[in-house]
Amino acid sequence: MTNGPHGIPPAWVSADEAGPHTPTDTTTDDSAGADDTAILDLVDVGKTYRSGSLEVEALRGVTLRVERGDYLAVMGPSGSGKSTLMHILGCLDVPTTGTYRLAGHDVGAMDEARLAHVRNKEIGFVFQQFNLLPTLSAWRNVELPLVYAGVPAPERKARALEALGRVGLADRVEHRPNELSGGQQQRVSVARALVTAPSLILADEPTGNLDSTSTADVLALLRELHDQGRTIVLITHEHDVAEQAARVARIFDGQLTEGDHEPTLASPGVGSR
Amino acid sequence: MSWWETVRTAYDAIRTRRMRSALTVLGILIGIAAVMLTVGLGQGAQQQVASQIDKLGSNLLVVTPGSTTSFAGLRGGRGSATTLTTGDAAMLADPAIAPDIAAVAPASTSQQSLVANGTNWTTSVVGTTPAWVSVRARSIDQGRFFTATEVTNASPVAVIGATTASQLFGSRSPVGSTVGVGGVQFTIIGLLNTEGSTIGGDQDDQLVIPSTTFANDFGNGSGASVSTIYVEGKSADTLSAAYQETSNALLSTHGVSANSADFTVSSQASLVQTATSTAHILTVLLGGIAAISLLVGGIGVMNIMLVSVTERIREIGLRKALGATPSVILRQFLVEASMLGLVGGVLGLALGFVGALTLPSILGQPVSMSMLAAGLALVVSLVIGVVAGVYPASRAARLAPIDALRSE
Repeated sequence: MTNGPHGIPPAWVSADEAGPHTPTDTTTDDSAGADDTAILDLVDVGKTYRSGSLEVEALRGVTLRVERGDYLAVMGPSGSGKSTLMHILGCLDVPTTGTYRLAGHDVGAMDEARLAHVRNKEIGFVFQQFNLLPTLSAWRNVELPLVYAGVPAPERKARALEALGRVGLADRVEHRPNELSGGQQQRVSVARALVTAPSLILADEPTGNLDSTSTADVLALLRELHDQGRTIVLITHEHDVAEQAARVARIFDGQLTEGDHEPTLASPGVGSR
Repeated sequence: MSWWETVRTAYDAIRTRRMRSALTVLGILIGIAAVMLTVGLGQGAQQQVASQIDKLGSNLLVVTPGSTTSFAGLRGGRGSATTLTTGDAAMLADPAIAPDIAAVAPASTSQQSLVANGTNWTTSVVGTTPAWVSVRARSIDQGRFFTATEVTNASPVAVIGATTASQLFGSRSPVGSTVGVGGVQFTIIGLLNTEGSTIGGDQDDQLVIPSTTFANDFGNGSGASVSTIYVEGKSADTLSAAYQETSNALLSTHGVSANSADFTVSSQASLVQTATSTAHILTVLLGGIAAISLLVGGIGVMNIMLVSVTERIREIGLRKALGATPSVILRQFLVEASMLGLVGGVLGLALGFVGALTLPSILGQPVSMSMLAAGLALVVSLVIGVVAGVYPASRAARLAPIDALRSE
């Protein structure tokens, strides 16, 4: 994770963006004790879909930097390109233009197999639909990323149980998804996102399918993870949800704007609360 | 992801779709069992024919009148001509002419009605010489065979087969009784051993009498003519030499060339070949039909795997998002398909063996099962699974994770 090229702020980082990220304030309370390498580093990223003769520009000139330990919410209405951004951030898709570095890896140059490895190692997904496999028990679902990482079985089980303990489901490990409430299911998927100790937790509308109690529950869990030093990017269209984050970026019409949320203005880094 | 993990995942997928998996497996199961049974039946029939021909006698050559197949494919009816004589038989028995021949027995056959013990029975009466017993690899159960002297004297003596004896005399010993054949009374001096059926018919249903007596009483006028000459070679190794000697001696005696030969010499091997080739054609034909059903089973596996891929798009997308590479997904679906094939193969094999145990008693036909065929069936079922799985698995592997996750 120590990547030379990022030691020097490149020319393309504009002054107002690069300013808050000077090495002096990246070490505030990052429990991981990271260097100044950005977890996410998008420069002028564009994504164009082609359906037939029609070209749709889903993303235009998106430049974004997320440091280790950051908690960023990306807000936008539907059709704004936030799903596309999420797919690119999650290495489920590659940008058409621009460069994207995830924890130092240049994602744009990767083939499918290497993208899969990066997703496995660096990203933990939390989906709106939970996306748990219905035939597997909670801990079997949580261990799945470790299976693809080639972790031996006894260690997998131990780590899966530990992750479930951290989300407060130690007594539900043998339950199948259909035996759990929506909130519990989402906590299982948070545990699955945690289990590989990824660089980034990417939550796509994590509360979209939950009632208000479960929503508060899951958001509290994410905030707790942030406090423990996890890097989180949350994508949502709900204002209340976005407010939980340390900083907020807005996406509209494929373009990203940052800085109309109070904590962001005060300190875009971590430890602002 | 280790192979063991892949197998476990595939097993889970098969188990959670029990009904569908069972129906898919059924196709392969029936195909494998059908192939095994038809091939087993065919091989059983071939072995049966071979063993029946074996019973005709060891190192046996059979000379029959009639020409060999001509170039035009036309063939004189075997046994229809009367070109063989007792003289031919006597000549072949001469060691100076044919050193590799051990014994020669001319034989003539006629269907006759036998009367004895107040009852009657129609069977074949064979006129031959004492050498017949050894040439045809028979033995005498009771009494004795007739002697050369009795042949010379054209004595009215007969040796009887077990079936004929029981038809005429029941369980009573026939030796010493008389039997009337075409108005001539014969004294039964011996009872032949039980041999069973061969391709020549029931070998226990016949009456054997001296050739001279046969010529006098049932001959067609040309007293010296015989319908068959049985030639016994000295050993299996020199049988082809005996074949050549027989053929050459008869050609020169009859004054004909090989192309216009008025007789046919067949060896046991050629008889086996002719008879088994028929069984072989039947095996190939039935086996082919069974193989088609196996193919249909394989298409069933492919079909179900395609449905499975479509149905599990979200699962595939999720697995990919969590770090499964295309090759891991490919492997997972390939293993799943080959497991379906292999399970079908194992169950088909079991059904085949059950069939092999029960069918002989129902059909009265032997079914031969070889370990080789069993092993081959398993390999074939596995290959069918893999081949049928390739296309669905590559489709699954090519799915883009976002498209897969998006699908509702």
